[in-house]
Amino acid sequence: MVLIPVIILERGIKLSGQTIIEKILSSHSGQTARAGDIVIANVDLVMGQDGTSPLAIRAFNDMGGREVFDPEKVAMVIDHSAPSPNEGVSALHKLMREFAEEKKIKLYDIGEGVCHQLMPESGRVGPGKLVVGADSHTCTYGALNAFSTGVGSTDLAGAMISGKMWFKVPETIKFVCEGKLPERVYAKDLILYLIGDVTADGATYKAAEYTGQAVKALSIEGRMTMANMAIEMGAKAGLMEADEKTFRWLKQYSDEKFTPVTADADAEYAEIRRYDVSSLEPQVAMPHRVDNVTGVSQVAGTPIQQAVIGTCTNGRLEDLRAAASILEGRKIHPKVRLIVAPASKRIYLEAIKEGILQVLVEAGAAVVTPGCGPCVGTHNGIPSDGENVISTANRNFKGRMGNSSANIFLASPATVAASALAGEIADPREF
Amino acid sequence: MKLSGEAHKFDLNDINTDYIISGKYKFKTLDMKELAKHVMEDLDPDFYSKIKTGDFIVAGSNFGCGSSREQAPLAIKNAGISAVLAKSFARIFYRNAINTGLPVVECDTDKIEHGDRLEVDLSAGVVRNISKNLEIKARPLPEVMIKILNDGGLAPHFRKYGGFQIY
Repeated sequence: MVLIPVIILERGIKLSGQTIIEKILSSHSGQTARAGDIVIANVDLVMGQDGTSPLAIRAFNDMGGREVFDPEKVAMVIDHSAPSPNEGVSALHKLMREFAEEKKIKLYDIGEGVCHQLMPESGRVGPGKLVVGADSHTCTYGALNAFSTGVGSTDLAGAMISGKMWFKVPETIKFVCEGKLPERVYAKDLILYLIGDVTADGATYKAAEYTGQAVKALSIEGRMTMANMAIEMGAKAGLMEADEKTFRWLKQYSDEKFTPVTADADAEYAEIRRYDVSSLEPQVAMPHRVDNVTGVSQVAGTPIQQAVIGTCTNGRLEDLRAAASILEGRKIHPKVRLIVAPASKRIYLEAIKEGILQVLVEAGAAVVTPGCGPCVGTHNGIPSDGENVISTANRNFKGRMGNSSANIFLASPATVAASALAGEIADPREF
Repeated sequence: MKLSGEAHKFDLNDINTDYIISGKYKFKTLDMKELAKHVMEDLDPDFYSKIKTGDFIVAGSNFGCGSSREQAPLAIKNAGISAVLAKSFARIFYRNAINTGLPVVECDTDKIEHGDRLEVDLSAGVVRNISKNLEIKARPLPEVMIKILNDGGLAPHFRKYGGFQIY
Protein backbone atom coordinates (compact mmCIF):
# COMPACT_ATOMS: atom_id res chain seq x y z
CA MET A 1 0.00 0.00 0.00
CA VAL A 2 1.30 3.43 -0.90
CA LEU A 3 0.69 6.20 1.55
CA ILE A 4 -0.12 9.48 -0.11
CA PRO A 5 0.69 12.46 2.08
CA VAL A 6 -2.36 14.63 2.44
CA ILE A 7 -2.25 18.22 3.62
CA ILE A 8 -5.48 19.09 5.29
CA LEU A 9 -6.39 22.71 4.83
CA GLU A 10 -8.64 23.81 7.62
CA ARG A 11 -11.05 26.62 6.98
CA GLY A 12 -9.38 29.97 7.46
CA ILE A 13 -5.89 28.53 7.74
CA LYS A 14 -3.48 29.02 4.91
CA LEU A 15 -0.01 27.60 4.64
CA SER A 16 1.62 30.98 4.16
CA GLY A 17 3.45 33.43 6.36
CA GLN A 18 2.08 36.59 7.88
CA THR A 19 2.23 40.26 7.04
CA ILE A 20 3.36 42.85 9.61
CA ILE A 21 -0.19 43.75 10.56
CA GLU A 22 -1.26 40.11 10.88
CA LYS A 23 1.64 39.54 13.27
CA ILE A 24 0.88 42.58 15.42
CA LEU A 25 -2.80 41.68 15.60
CA SER A 26 -1.84 38.08 16.48
CA SER A 27 0.41 39.12 19.35
CA HIS A 28 -2.26 41.45 20.72
CA SER A 29 -5.24 39.12 20.37
CA GLY A 30 -3.68 35.83 21.41
CA GLN A 31 -4.81 34.11 18.24
CA THR A 32 -3.33 33.62 14.79
CA ALA A 33 -4.76 36.59 12.96
CA ARG A 34 -5.30 36.23 9.22
CA ALA A 35 -6.75 38.73 6.75
CA GLY A 36 -10.53 38.62 7.04
CA ASP A 37 -10.63 37.45 10.66
CA ILE A 38 -12.34 39.50 13.34
CA VAL A 39 -10.19 39.79 16.46
CA ILE A 40 -10.40 41.57 19.77
CA ALA A 41 -6.96 43.00 20.48
CA ASN A 42 -5.33 44.67 23.48
CA VAL A 43 -4.20 48.21 22.79
CA ASP A 44 -0.91 49.68 24.02
CA LEU A 45 -1.86 53.33 23.72
CA VAL A 46 -5.12 55.22 23.28
CA MET A 47 -5.03 58.85 22.13
CA GLY A 48 -7.62 61.55 21.51
CA GLN A 49 -7.36 65.16 20.32
CA ASP A 50 -9.58 68.16 20.99
CA GLY A 51 -11.79 67.61 17.94
CA THR A 52 -12.69 64.08 19.02
CA SER A 53 -12.05 63.73 22.77
CA PRO A 54 -15.09 65.74 23.93
CA LEU A 55 -17.42 63.29 22.15
CA ALA A 56 -15.33 60.39 23.47
CA ILE A 57 -15.75 61.69 27.02
CA ARG A 58 -19.49 61.89 26.45
CA ALA A 59 -19.50 58.31 25.11
CA PHE A 60 -17.29 57.19 28.02
CA ASN A 61 -19.89 58.46 30.47
CA ASP A 62 -22.73 57.11 28.36
CA MET A 63 -21.10 53.65 28.50
CA GLY A 64 -21.05 53.82 32.26
CA GLY A 65 -17.24 54.21 32.33
CA ARG A 66 -15.68 54.99 35.70
CA GLU A 67 -11.92 54.65 35.32
CA VAL A 68 -9.73 54.29 32.25
CA PHE A 69 -8.21 50.80 31.91
CA ASP A 70 -4.66 52.08 32.49
CA PRO A 71 -3.96 55.81 32.94
CA GLU A 72 -0.40 55.29 31.63
CA LYS A 73 -1.80 54.12 28.32
CA VAL A 74 -4.26 56.92 27.65
CA ALA A 75 -3.31 60.39 26.41
CA MET A 76 -5.17 63.46 25.22
CA VAL A 77 -3.81 66.30 23.13
CA ILE A 78 -5.15 69.82 22.61
CA ASP A 79 -3.84 70.64 19.15
CA HIS A 80 -6.66 71.19 16.68
CA SER A 81 -7.67 74.58 18.05
CA ALA A 82 -4.75 75.60 20.23
CA PRO A 83 -4.89 78.11 21.83
CA SER A 84 -8.68 78.27 21.79
CA PRO A 85 -10.07 80.70 19.20
CA ASN A 86 -13.54 81.04 20.77
CA GLU A 87 -15.63 80.27 23.84
CA GLY A 88 -17.25 77.16 22.34
CA VAL A 89 -13.86 75.53 21.93
CA SER A 90 -12.76 76.79 25.36
CA ALA A 91 -15.63 74.92 26.99
CA LEU A 92 -14.60 71.69 25.23
CA HIS A 93 -10.96 72.18 26.24
CA LYS A 94 -12.08 72.67 29.83
CA LEU A 95 -14.05 69.44 29.66
CA MET A 96 -10.90 67.61 28.49
CA ARG A 97 -8.70 69.13 31.19
CA GLU A 98 -11.17 68.17 33.91
CA PHE A 99 -11.55 64.64 32.57
CA ALA A 100 -7.77 64.16 32.30
CA GLU A 101 -7.25 65.39 35.83
CA GLU A 102 -9.99 63.21 37.23
CA LYS A 103 -8.84 60.05 35.40
CA LYS A 104 -5.14 60.84 36.00
CA ILE A 105 -4.25 60.67 32.35
CA LYS A 106 -1.64 62.72 30.54
CA LEU A 107 -3.00 65.79 28.78
CA TYR A 108 -0.76 67.68 26.37
CA ASP A 109 -2.07 71.22 26.51
CA ILE A 110 -1.77 74.10 24.02
CA GLY A 111 1.67 74.67 22.56
CA GLU A 112 2.96 71.16 23.18
CA GLY A 113 2.39 70.19 19.58
CA VAL A 114 0.51 68.03 17.12
CA CYS A 115 -0.61 64.67 18.50
CA HIS A 116 1.16 62.66 15.79
CA GLN A 117 4.49 64.18 16.70
CA LEU A 118 3.87 64.03 20.45
CA MET A 119 2.93 60.33 20.61
CA PRO A 120 6.19 59.17 18.98
CA GLU A 121 8.13 61.68 21.12
CA SER A 122 6.43 60.25 24.23
CA GLY A 123 8.46 57.06 23.82
CA ARG A 124 5.34 54.94 24.08
CA VAL A 125 5.17 54.11 20.39
CA GLY A 126 7.57 51.68 18.75
CA PRO A 127 7.91 48.43 16.83
CA GLY A 128 5.16 45.90 17.49
CA LYS A 129 2.91 48.30 19.42
CA LEU A 130 -0.79 48.67 18.74
CA VAL A 131 -2.08 52.22 19.01
CA VAL A 132 -5.55 53.61 18.41
CA GLY A 133 -6.19 57.32 18.13
CA ALA A 134 -9.30 59.34 17.52
CA ASP A 135 -7.70 61.07 14.58
CA SER A 136 -7.50 59.62 11.11
CA HIS A 137 -3.78 60.36 10.74
CA THR A 138 -2.92 58.05 13.65
CA CYS A 139 -1.56 55.76 10.93
CA THR A 140 1.61 57.90 11.12
CA TYR A 141 3.29 55.56 13.64
CA GLY A 142 3.48 52.81 11.04
CA ALA A 143 6.78 54.54 10.26
CA LEU A 144 8.02 53.14 13.58
CA ASN A 145 6.85 49.62 12.77
CA ALA A 146 3.75 49.97 14.97
CA PHE A 147 0.19 49.22 13.92
CA SER A 148 -1.64 52.43 14.62
CA THR A 149 -4.95 53.46 13.22
CA GLY A 150 -7.59 56.14 13.42
CA VAL A 151 -10.93 55.49 15.09
CA GLY A 152 -13.94 57.55 16.08
CA SER A 153 -14.87 58.89 19.48
CA THR A 154 -17.12 56.01 20.56
CA ASP A 155 -14.50 53.40 19.64
CA LEU A 156 -12.02 55.50 21.58
CA ALA A 157 -14.28 55.51 24.63
CA GLY A 158 -14.63 51.73 24.41
CA ALA A 159 -10.84 51.39 24.28
CA MET A 160 -10.36 53.80 27.20
CA ILE A 161 -12.64 51.64 29.33
CA SER A 162 -11.67 48.15 28.22
CA GLY A 163 -8.14 48.50 26.82
CA LYS A 164 -9.40 46.56 23.84
CA MET A 165 -10.74 47.11 20.37
CA TRP A 166 -12.24 44.85 17.73
CA PHE A 167 -10.58 44.75 14.34
CA LYS A 168 -11.17 43.13 11.02
CA VAL A 169 -7.69 41.92 10.06
CA PRO A 170 -6.97 43.71 6.79
CA GLU A 171 -5.28 42.46 3.66
CA THR A 172 -2.07 44.27 2.79
CA ILE A 173 -0.93 46.05 -0.34
CA LYS A 174 2.85 46.14 -0.59
CA PHE A 175 4.44 49.19 -2.21
CA VAL A 176 8.01 48.42 -3.28
CA CYS A 177 9.82 51.67 -4.06
CA GLU A 178 13.24 51.17 -5.61
CA GLY A 179 15.84 53.66 -6.83
CA LYS A 180 17.04 56.92 -5.33
CA LEU A 181 14.93 60.04 -4.99
CA PRO A 182 16.45 62.92 -6.99
CA GLU A 183 17.65 66.14 -5.35
CA ARG A 184 14.81 68.24 -3.85
CA VAL A 185 12.38 65.38 -4.27
CA TYR A 186 11.15 64.06 -0.93
CA ALA A 187 9.02 61.50 0.87
CA LYS A 188 6.05 63.84 0.38
CA ASP A 189 6.47 63.76 -3.39
CA LEU A 190 6.68 59.98 -3.32
CA ILE A 191 3.56 59.49 -1.21
CA LEU A 192 1.59 62.01 -3.29
CA TYR A 193 2.64 60.07 -6.38
CA LEU A 194 1.53 56.76 -4.84
CA ILE A 195 -1.85 58.20 -3.80
CA GLY A 196 -2.37 59.64 -7.28
CA ASP A 197 -1.57 56.21 -8.65
CA VAL A 198 -3.86 54.10 -6.45
CA THR A 199 -6.51 56.84 -5.86
CA ALA A 200 -8.38 57.91 -2.73
CA ASP A 201 -10.01 54.53 -2.17
CA GLY A 202 -7.30 52.34 -3.67
CA ALA A 203 -6.45 50.80 -0.30
CA THR A 204 -9.79 51.03 1.53
CA TYR A 205 -10.20 48.30 4.20
CA LYS A 206 -6.55 47.34 3.58
CA ALA A 207 -3.14 48.03 5.11
CA ALA A 208 -0.26 49.49 3.14
CA GLU A 209 3.30 48.23 3.61
CA TYR A 210 6.03 50.46 2.20
CA THR A 211 9.38 48.93 1.40
CA GLY A 212 12.27 49.04 -1.07
CA GLN A 213 15.54 50.98 -1.26
CA ALA A 214 13.89 54.38 -1.60
CA VAL A 215 11.89 53.87 1.59
CA LYS A 216 14.86 52.48 3.53
CA ALA A 217 16.88 55.52 2.51
CA LEU A 218 14.33 57.89 4.09
CA SER A 219 14.82 59.43 7.52
CA ILE A 220 12.26 58.57 10.21
CA GLU A 221 10.69 61.98 9.57
CA GLY A 222 10.28 61.13 5.88
CA ARG A 223 8.86 57.74 6.74
CA MET A 224 6.32 59.43 9.03
CA THR A 225 5.26 61.63 6.12
CA MET A 226 4.56 58.52 4.04
CA ALA A 227 2.82 56.58 6.81
CA ASN A 228 0.77 59.67 7.72
CA MET A 229 -0.85 59.83 4.30
CA ALA A 230 -1.80 56.13 4.07
CA ILE A 231 -5.34 57.16 5.08
CA GLU A 232 -5.54 59.34 1.95
CA MET A 233 -5.67 56.14 -0.09
CA GLY A 234 -8.19 54.75 2.39
CA ALA A 235 -5.71 52.47 4.18
CA LYS A 236 -6.08 51.34 7.76
CA ALA A 237 -2.31 51.51 8.31
CA GLY A 238 0.89 52.51 6.54
CA LEU A 239 3.53 50.14 7.83
CA MET A 240 7.28 49.93 7.50
CA GLU A 241 9.88 47.58 8.86
CA ALA A 242 12.19 48.74 11.63
CA ASP A 243 15.90 49.17 10.99
CA GLU A 244 18.91 50.77 12.67
CA LYS A 245 17.55 54.23 11.91
CA THR A 246 14.32 53.35 13.69
CA PHE A 247 16.11 52.19 16.82
CA ARG A 248 18.48 55.15 16.82
CA TRP A 249 15.49 57.47 16.60
CA LEU A 250 13.59 55.65 19.35
CA LYS A 251 16.57 55.76 21.70
CA GLN A 252 16.16 59.53 22.01
CA TYR A 253 12.75 59.04 23.59
CA SER A 254 12.55 55.61 25.21
CA ASP A 255 14.54 53.00 27.11
CA GLU A 256 12.11 50.27 26.16
CA LYS A 257 13.45 47.27 24.25
CA PHE A 258 11.17 46.99 21.26
CA THR A 259 11.03 43.84 19.17
CA PRO A 260 10.87 44.53 15.44
CA VAL A 261 8.11 42.90 13.42
CA THR A 262 8.94 41.79 9.90
CA ALA A 263 6.72 40.34 7.23
CA ASP A 264 7.38 36.68 6.41
CA ALA A 265 8.92 36.01 3.02
CA ASP A 266 5.85 33.97 2.09
CA ALA A 267 3.31 36.41 3.50
CA GLU A 268 0.22 36.80 1.38
CA TYR A 269 -0.49 40.20 -0.17
CA ALA A 270 -3.60 41.51 -1.86
CA GLU A 271 -1.29 43.19 -4.32
CA ILE A 272 2.39 44.06 -4.77
CA ARG A 273 3.09 47.32 -6.60
CA ARG A 274 6.59 48.23 -7.77
CA TYR A 275 7.93 51.69 -8.49
CA ASP A 276 11.23 53.21 -9.59
CA VAL A 277 11.52 56.64 -8.00
CA SER A 278 14.75 57.71 -9.76
CA SER A 279 13.12 60.15 -12.14
CA LEU A 280 10.27 61.38 -9.93
CA GLU A 281 9.70 65.13 -10.13
CA PRO A 282 8.24 67.18 -7.27
CA GLN A 283 4.52 66.41 -7.03
CA VAL A 284 1.49 68.61 -6.34
CA ALA A 285 -2.03 67.52 -5.36
CA MET A 286 -4.48 69.90 -6.99
CA PRO A 287 -7.86 71.01 -5.62
CA HIS A 288 -10.03 69.43 -4.26
CA ARG A 289 -8.76 65.87 -4.05
CA VAL A 290 -5.60 64.41 -2.57
CA ASP A 291 -5.39 61.92 -5.46
CA ASN A 292 -5.58 64.69 -8.06
CA VAL A 293 -1.79 64.62 -8.35
CA THR A 294 0.49 66.00 -11.04
CA GLY A 295 4.15 66.91 -11.54
CA VAL A 296 5.03 70.44 -10.44
CA SER A 297 5.87 71.39 -14.03
CA GLN A 298 2.21 71.01 -14.95
CA VAL A 299 0.98 73.57 -12.39
CA ALA A 300 4.01 75.88 -12.09
CA GLY A 301 2.95 79.50 -12.53
CA THR A 302 -0.38 79.16 -10.72
CA PRO A 303 -0.59 82.29 -8.51
CA ILE A 304 -0.79 81.69 -4.75
CA GLN A 305 -1.77 84.00 -1.90
CA GLN A 306 -0.92 81.80 1.08
CA ALA A 307 1.68 79.15 1.84
CA VAL A 308 1.65 76.85 4.87
CA ILE A 309 4.52 74.78 6.26
CA GLY A 310 3.71 72.50 9.18
CA THR A 311 1.13 69.85 10.19
CA CYS A 312 1.45 66.20 11.18
CA THR A 313 2.62 65.47 7.63
CA ASN A 314 5.45 67.96 7.25
CA GLY A 315 6.08 70.06 10.35
CA ARG A 316 9.23 68.27 11.49
CA LEU A 317 12.76 69.58 11.80
CA GLU A 318 13.97 68.29 8.43
CA ASP A 319 10.91 69.89 6.81
CA LEU A 320 11.69 73.26 8.36
CA ARG A 321 15.34 72.80 7.33
CA ALA A 322 14.34 72.09 3.73
CA ALA A 323 12.21 75.25 3.67
CA ALA A 324 14.98 77.30 5.28
CA SER A 325 17.53 76.08 2.75
CA ILE A 326 15.41 77.68 0.03
CA LEU A 327 14.34 80.80 1.93
CA GLU A 328 17.70 81.72 3.46
CA GLY A 329 18.68 85.29 2.61
CA ARG A 330 15.57 85.81 0.49
CA LYS A 331 12.19 87.46 0.97
CA ILE A 332 8.88 85.85 0.16
CA HIS A 333 6.73 87.40 -2.56
CA PRO A 334 4.99 90.57 -1.30
CA LYS A 335 1.55 89.15 -2.14
CA VAL A 336 2.06 85.89 -0.25
CA ARG A 337 1.45 85.09 3.43
CA LEU A 338 3.71 82.31 4.71
CA ILE A 339 2.52 80.53 7.85
CA VAL A 340 4.83 78.15 9.70
CA ALA A 341 3.68 75.82 12.48
CA PRO A 342 6.37 73.53 13.95
CA ALA A 343 4.90 70.10 14.76
CA SER A 344 5.93 70.19 18.42
CA LYS A 345 7.45 72.38 21.10
CA ARG A 346 10.57 70.25 20.96
CA ILE A 347 10.92 70.87 17.22
CA TYR A 348 10.14 74.56 17.76
CA LEU A 349 12.99 74.85 20.27
CA GLU A 350 15.43 72.92 18.10
CA ALA A 351 14.52 75.08 15.12
CA ILE A 352 15.27 78.16 17.24
CA LYS A 353 18.59 76.69 18.34
CA GLU A 354 19.60 75.85 14.78
CA GLY A 355 18.68 79.32 13.57
CA ILE A 356 16.04 77.93 11.21
CA LEU A 357 13.23 80.04 12.63
CA GLN A 358 15.33 83.17 12.31
CA VAL A 359 15.80 82.39 8.61
CA LEU A 360 12.09 81.73 8.11
CA VAL A 361 10.92 84.83 10.00
CA GLU A 362 13.44 87.05 8.25
CA ALA A 363 12.16 85.69 4.94
CA GLY A 364 8.67 86.84 5.95
CA ALA A 365 7.09 83.84 7.69
CA ALA A 366 4.53 84.19 10.47
CA VAL A 367 5.26 81.45 13.00
CA VAL A 368 2.21 80.18 14.89
CA THR A 369 1.77 77.88 17.88
CA PRO A 370 2.55 74.20 17.20
CA GLY A 371 -0.83 72.72 16.27
CA CYS A 372 -3.27 71.83 13.50
CA GLY A 373 -5.19 75.10 13.02
CA PRO A 374 -4.02 76.16 9.55
CA CYS A 375 -4.61 72.68 8.11
CA VAL A 376 -8.01 72.00 9.56
CA GLY A 377 -9.69 75.38 9.26
CA THR A 378 -10.13 76.22 12.90
CA HIS A 379 -7.92 79.34 13.04
CA ASN A 380 -4.40 80.62 12.25
CA GLY A 381 -4.83 81.37 8.57
CA ILE A 382 -8.24 80.83 7.02
CA PRO A 383 -8.02 81.82 3.35
CA SER A 384 -10.45 84.19 1.63
CA ASP A 385 -12.79 83.51 -1.29
CA GLY A 386 -11.07 82.56 -4.52
CA GLU A 387 -7.61 82.41 -2.94
CA ASN A 388 -5.06 79.74 -3.74
CA VAL A 389 -3.09 78.14 -0.92
CA ILE A 390 -0.13 75.82 -1.20
CA SER A 391 0.39 73.72 1.90
CA THR A 392 2.49 70.85 3.24
CA ALA A 393 -0.66 69.33 4.79
CA ASN A 394 -2.31 66.05 3.86
CA ARG A 395 -5.79 67.18 2.75
CA ASN A 396 -7.02 69.68 0.19
CA PHE A 397 -10.75 69.02 0.36
CA LYS A 398 -12.99 71.93 -0.48
CA GLY A 399 -13.53 73.88 2.74
CA ARG A 400 -10.78 72.02 4.59
CA MET A 401 -9.00 75.21 5.62
CA GLY A 402 -12.24 76.88 6.66
CA ASN A 403 -13.39 78.44 3.38
CA SER A 404 -15.08 76.34 0.70
CA SER A 405 -14.36 79.01 -1.94
CA ALA A 406 -10.58 78.68 -1.55
CA ASN A 407 -8.34 76.26 -3.44
CA ILE A 408 -5.68 74.15 -1.73
CA PHE A 409 -2.62 72.62 -3.38
CA LEU A 410 -0.49 70.11 -1.47
CA ALA A 411 3.26 69.76 -1.87
CA SER A 412 6.56 69.22 -0.07
CA PRO A 413 8.04 71.89 2.23
CA ALA A 414 10.63 72.73 -0.45
CA THR A 415 7.96 73.24 -3.12
CA VAL A 416 5.88 75.34 -0.72
CA ALA A 417 8.91 77.47 0.19
CA ALA A 418 9.85 77.96 -3.46
CA SER A 419 6.25 78.91 -4.27
CA ALA A 420 6.16 81.42 -1.41
CA LEU A 421 9.20 83.14 -2.93
CA ALA A 422 7.82 83.13 -6.45
CA GLY A 423 4.23 84.10 -5.59
CA GLU A 424 3.17 81.22 -7.80
CA ILE A 425 3.61 77.47 -7.72
CA ALA A 426 7.27 76.87 -8.41
CA ASP A 427 9.72 74.00 -8.84
CA PRO A 428 12.10 73.86 -5.84
CA ARG A 429 14.85 72.52 -8.07
CA GLU A 430 15.12 75.98 -9.64
CA PHE A 431 16.05 77.63 -6.33
CA MET B 1 -35.56 46.91 11.00
CA LYS B 2 -37.43 48.46 8.05
CA LEU B 3 -36.85 52.04 6.98
CA SER B 4 -38.64 54.07 4.37
CA GLY B 5 -38.17 57.49 2.85
CA GLU B 6 -36.98 59.42 -0.15
CA ALA B 7 -33.53 59.28 -1.75
CA HIS B 8 -31.33 62.36 -1.71
CA LYS B 9 -28.78 61.44 -4.31
CA PHE B 10 -25.26 62.88 -4.26
CA ASP B 11 -23.92 61.45 -7.47
CA LEU B 12 -20.29 61.58 -6.36
CA ASN B 13 -17.57 59.24 -5.17
CA ASP B 14 -15.26 60.02 -2.23
CA ILE B 15 -17.61 62.33 -0.29
CA ASN B 16 -15.33 63.20 2.61
CA THR B 17 -16.19 63.99 6.21
CA ASP B 18 -15.27 67.66 5.71
CA TYR B 19 -18.15 67.84 3.21
CA ILE B 20 -20.47 66.00 5.59
CA ILE B 21 -19.70 68.38 8.43
CA SER B 22 -17.08 71.09 8.12
CA GLY B 23 -14.29 71.38 10.69
CA LYS B 24 -15.17 75.02 11.23
CA TYR B 25 -18.38 73.93 12.97
CA LYS B 26 -17.56 70.62 14.53
CA PHE B 27 -14.75 71.76 16.80
CA LYS B 28 -16.99 74.26 18.59
CA THR B 29 -19.85 72.30 20.03
CA LEU B 30 -21.26 69.01 21.24
CA ASP B 31 -24.77 70.08 20.21
CA MET B 32 -25.45 67.64 17.38
CA LYS B 33 -28.83 69.19 16.53
CA GLU B 34 -26.99 72.42 15.84
CA LEU B 35 -24.32 70.65 13.76
CA ALA B 36 -27.05 68.83 11.82
CA LYS B 37 -28.15 72.16 10.29
CA HIS B 38 -24.82 72.30 8.42
CA VAL B 39 -24.81 68.72 7.14
CA MET B 40 -23.48 68.42 3.54
CA GLU B 41 -23.50 72.22 3.38
CA ASP B 42 -20.47 72.56 1.09
CA LEU B 43 -22.13 70.28 -1.50
CA ASP B 44 -25.66 71.68 -1.15
CA PRO B 45 -26.13 74.75 1.05
CA ASP B 46 -29.88 74.09 1.45
CA PHE B 47 -29.65 70.36 2.06
CA TYR B 48 -30.80 70.41 5.67
CA SER B 49 -34.07 72.15 4.82
CA LYS B 50 -34.86 69.54 2.14
CA ILE B 51 -34.73 66.55 4.51
CA LYS B 52 -37.91 64.86 5.69
CA THR B 53 -37.39 62.59 8.67
CA GLY B 54 -36.65 59.06 7.51
CA ASP B 55 -35.05 60.06 4.18
CA PHE B 56 -31.87 58.51 2.82
CA ILE B 57 -28.56 59.87 1.60
CA VAL B 58 -27.51 57.96 -1.53
CA ALA B 59 -23.97 58.29 -2.92
CA GLY B 60 -21.20 56.62 -4.91
CA SER B 61 -18.13 54.83 -3.60
CA ASN B 62 -15.86 55.59 -0.60
CA PHE B 63 -18.47 57.62 1.27
CA GLY B 64 -17.11 59.26 4.43
CA CYS B 65 -13.43 59.24 3.55
CA GLY B 66 -11.07 61.58 5.36
CA SER B 67 -11.10 62.48 9.01
CA SER B 68 -12.20 60.29 11.91
CA ARG B 69 -14.80 62.81 13.12
CA GLU B 70 -17.78 61.00 14.57
CA GLN B 71 -19.66 64.25 14.18
CA ALA B 72 -20.14 63.16 10.54
CA PRO B 73 -22.52 60.22 11.16
CA LEU B 74 -24.01 62.05 14.15
CA ALA B 75 -24.83 65.15 12.07
CA ILE B 76 -26.44 62.94 9.41
CA LYS B 77 -28.46 61.04 12.01
CA ASN B 78 -29.55 64.17 13.85
CA ALA B 79 -30.65 65.74 10.57
CA GLY B 80 -33.31 63.01 10.36
CA ILE B 81 -31.60 60.76 7.80
CA SER B 82 -32.44 57.12 8.55
CA ALA B 83 -29.59 55.45 6.61
CA VAL B 84 -26.81 56.13 4.13
CA LEU B 85 -26.67 54.03 0.97
CA ALA B 86 -23.41 53.94 -0.99
CA LYS B 87 -21.40 51.68 -3.26
CA SER B 88 -18.73 51.54 -0.56
CA PHE B 89 -17.74 53.35 2.63
CA ALA B 90 -14.45 54.55 4.09
CA ARG B 91 -13.63 52.32 7.03
CA ILE B 92 -13.53 54.81 9.93
CA PHE B 93 -16.85 56.33 8.87
CA TYR B 94 -18.33 52.84 8.54
CA ARG B 95 -17.32 51.93 12.11
CA ASN B 96 -18.43 55.30 13.47
CA ALA B 97 -21.83 55.00 11.82
CA ILE B 98 -22.48 51.58 13.33
CA ASN B 99 -21.10 52.65 16.71
CA THR B 100 -23.47 55.62 16.82
CA GLY B 101 -26.44 53.66 15.48
CA LEU B 102 -26.65 55.07 11.95
CA PRO B 103 -27.38 52.24 9.47
CA VAL B 104 -25.05 52.14 6.46
CA VAL B 105 -25.95 50.08 3.41
CA GLU B 106 -23.50 48.97 0.73
CA CYS B 107 -25.35 48.43 -2.54
CA ASP B 108 -25.45 49.34 -6.22
CA THR B 109 -26.63 52.93 -5.97
CA ASP B 110 -26.67 53.38 -9.77
CA LYS B 111 -30.15 51.87 -9.55
CA ILE B 112 -31.38 54.77 -7.43
CA GLU B 113 -32.21 58.24 -8.69
CA HIS B 114 -32.75 61.47 -6.80
CA GLY B 115 -36.26 61.54 -5.35
CA ASP B 116 -36.89 57.80 -5.60
CA ARG B 117 -39.02 56.33 -2.85
CA LEU B 118 -37.08 53.59 -1.03
CA GLU B 119 -37.70 50.89 1.54
CA VAL B 120 -34.68 49.45 3.29
CA ASP B 121 -34.94 46.13 5.09
CA LEU B 122 -31.74 45.95 7.11
CA SER B 123 -32.15 42.43 8.44
CA ALA B 124 -33.00 41.01 5.00
CA GLY B 125 -30.25 43.09 3.37
CA VAL B 126 -32.58 44.38 0.69
CA VAL B 127 -33.28 47.84 -0.69
CA ARG B 128 -36.60 48.20 -2.48
CA ASN B 129 -36.81 51.03 -4.97
CA ILE B 130 -40.57 51.59 -4.92
CA SER B 131 -40.46 54.28 -7.62
CA LYS B 132 -38.64 51.99 -10.06
CA ASN B 133 -40.15 48.74 -8.82
CA LEU B 134 -36.67 47.27 -8.32
CA GLU B 135 -35.07 45.18 -5.61
CA ILE B 136 -31.41 45.86 -4.88
CA LYS B 137 -29.36 43.43 -2.84
CA ALA B 138 -27.23 44.96 -0.10
CA ARG B 139 -23.85 43.62 1.03
CA PRO B 140 -24.39 42.04 4.44
CA LEU B 141 -22.82 43.72 7.46
CA PRO B 142 -20.21 41.71 9.40
CA GLU B 143 -21.91 39.89 12.27
CA VAL B 144 -20.10 41.94 14.90
CA MET B 145 -21.59 45.09 13.42
CA ILE B 146 -25.10 43.65 13.31
CA LYS B 147 -24.73 42.87 16.98
CA ILE B 148 -23.58 46.39 17.85
CA LEU B 149 -26.25 47.98 15.63
CA ASN B 150 -28.96 45.82 17.18
CA ASP B 151 -27.89 47.05 20.61
CA GLY B 152 -28.35 50.62 19.31
CA GLY B 153 -24.63 51.40 19.02
CA LEU B 154 -21.44 50.73 20.93
CA ALA B 155 -22.35 52.78 24.01
CA PRO B 156 -25.57 50.84 24.71
CA HIS B 157 -23.62 47.64 23.90
CA PHE B 158 -21.04 48.51 26.58
CA ARG B 159 -23.78 49.48 29.04
CA LYS B 160 -25.46 46.15 28.44
CA TYR B 161 -22.39 43.90 28.64
CA GLY B 162 -19.75 46.04 30.39
CA GLY B 163 -17.38 45.52 27.45
CA PHE B 164 -17.14 43.80 24.06
CA GLN B 165 -19.46 40.84 23.71
CA ILE B 166 -19.20 40.23 20.01
CA TYR B 167 -18.36 36.59 19.39
